[in-house]
Amino acid sequence: MKISHNNYLEYVTRKCPKTQEGQTLLWAFIIGGAICSVGQVFHDIFENLFWTYSEDQLAMVVTATMIFIGSTLTGLGVYDKLGAFAGAGSMIPITGFANSVVSPALEFKSEGWIYGLASKMFIIAGPVIVYGTLGAGLVGLIYFFIYL
Amino acid sequence: MQNQNNNILQGKRTIVLQNQPRIITATSIVGPKEGQGPLGSFFGTVIEDDKLNEKTFEKAERTLLHQAIEEGVTEAKKLGKDVSMLIGGDLLNQNISTSFTAREMHLPLIGLYSACSTMSESLALGAILIDGGYGDNIACATVSHFSSAERQYRTPLEQGTQRPPLSQWTVTGAGCAVLSKEGDYPKISKVHFGEVVDYGIIDANNMGAAMAPAAMTTLVKFFEDTNTSASDFDLIVTGDLGVLGSEIMMDLMEDRNFPIRDKYIDCGTEIYEKKPSFFQGGSGAGCSASIFCSYIYQKLVKKEINRMLFLATGALLSTTSSLQGESIPSISHLVEVIS
Repeated sequence: MKISHNNYLEYVTRKCPKTQEGQTLLWAFIIGGAICSVGQVFHDIFENLFWTYSEDQLAMVVTATMIFIGSTLTGLGVYDKLGAFAGAGSMIPITGFANSVVSPALEFKSEGWIYGLASKMFIIAGPVIVYGTLGAGLVGLIYFFIYL
Repeated sequence: MQNQNNNILQGKRTIVLQNQPRIITATSIVGPKEGQGPLGSFFGTVIEDDKLNEKTFEKAERTLLHQAIEEGVTEAKKLGKDVSMLIGGDLLNQNISTSFTAREMHLPLIGLYSACSTMSESLALGAILIDGGYGDNIACATVSHFSSAERQYRTPLEQGTQRPPLSQWTVTGAGCAVLSKEGDYPKISKVHFGEVVDYGIIDANNMGAAMAPAAMTTLVKFFEDTNTSASDFDLIVTGDLGVLGSEIMMDLMEDRNFPIRDKYIDCGTEIYEKKPSFFQGGSGAGCSASIFCSYIYQKLVKKEINRMLFLATGALLSTTSSLQGESIPSISHLVEVIS
């Protein structure tokens, strides 16, 4: 076959190695599940420790704990290695969100505390916050009109 | 066609250098990961800490370039040649590694940006200047650093993302070649500047596929200009097409009836161990520079190869153009080196 400008993209698509979905999905499932299980373990410990807390308050403490762990592992240079094979499994849980805030903060500290660390902190998490808030608002609005 | 300086243009674009400028020294310095690769023993210096005790990775990148040039200048001096000009470039915005390094060198600087094809562009321009009598001893150098490139082009280092299977690792390394007029050293006999080619690849991770058509175009036009084929050369080396890109390159060349398969290597494919975690291999302005200034130069000096082509390859994209959905224009400049 003559590879020309016109059929090049088609040729490249055929030639490209594919993501090994079976393997990546399996690891994402295992690591993602493991992170959530750790959260559940903290939940159960805190439930006994702070028995006066409501379920909402417990969820808050567990979230804070997981964010702390995610941030610490990022600082220690472990989370990126975990993410390299866990993919979405380590990105989706709250620890991944912590990682996405802490990693640019660490990286851009060299450009100063204000224009570096503080302003670059949200380059990855920013869109999640914007569209997360927007989505929540939208769902709330629909909910409001359904039960009007 | 002959011009005033006796330089002959062969075919449409190939410049034949009448005085064949010599490459009198070549120095290289690479990071730890590159040092562990199959070509590790050929590099001049392998650093242990890729931050080199500097505060930032940008400063570390400059230190790499500074050391490569400094060593080149010193070696040239030992041969009785005073470097009088610097030509080079890097990947960072506004070419800061090159110009900040040159700030301490007190030499005239021609700063270039041609992405990862800067090394062959520097060699080509330096050779033309010397051939025309416009310079005596010229240092040509480029650099790249994984960590500074990563933060400029991709994501923060500590971010836990998965690299796509098509990705390449930016090489931490620098290379410097000093060109001069005479002596028994490898010679640059021809140069051929490439044109910008874009076959419509949009995925910024798939740089090999974006650059292969540019390398193919340059090589085919050079073969046509000079009436040669791969059989006339001992080695044909591209810059950083990577595993997939070099496969595409070989396919494209076969398709144009200029098969190169048995004479061909790609610096990006050769620099790292063949492990899945390295994906398609290396890239970056320092990739082809460090390999040309070590492994290839040493082979030329020992006359293990007598006539070779060096085509560094560059993807001329920016983070802005990528985000705006533009495809990736690419370029490849060629120099012919004879021992």
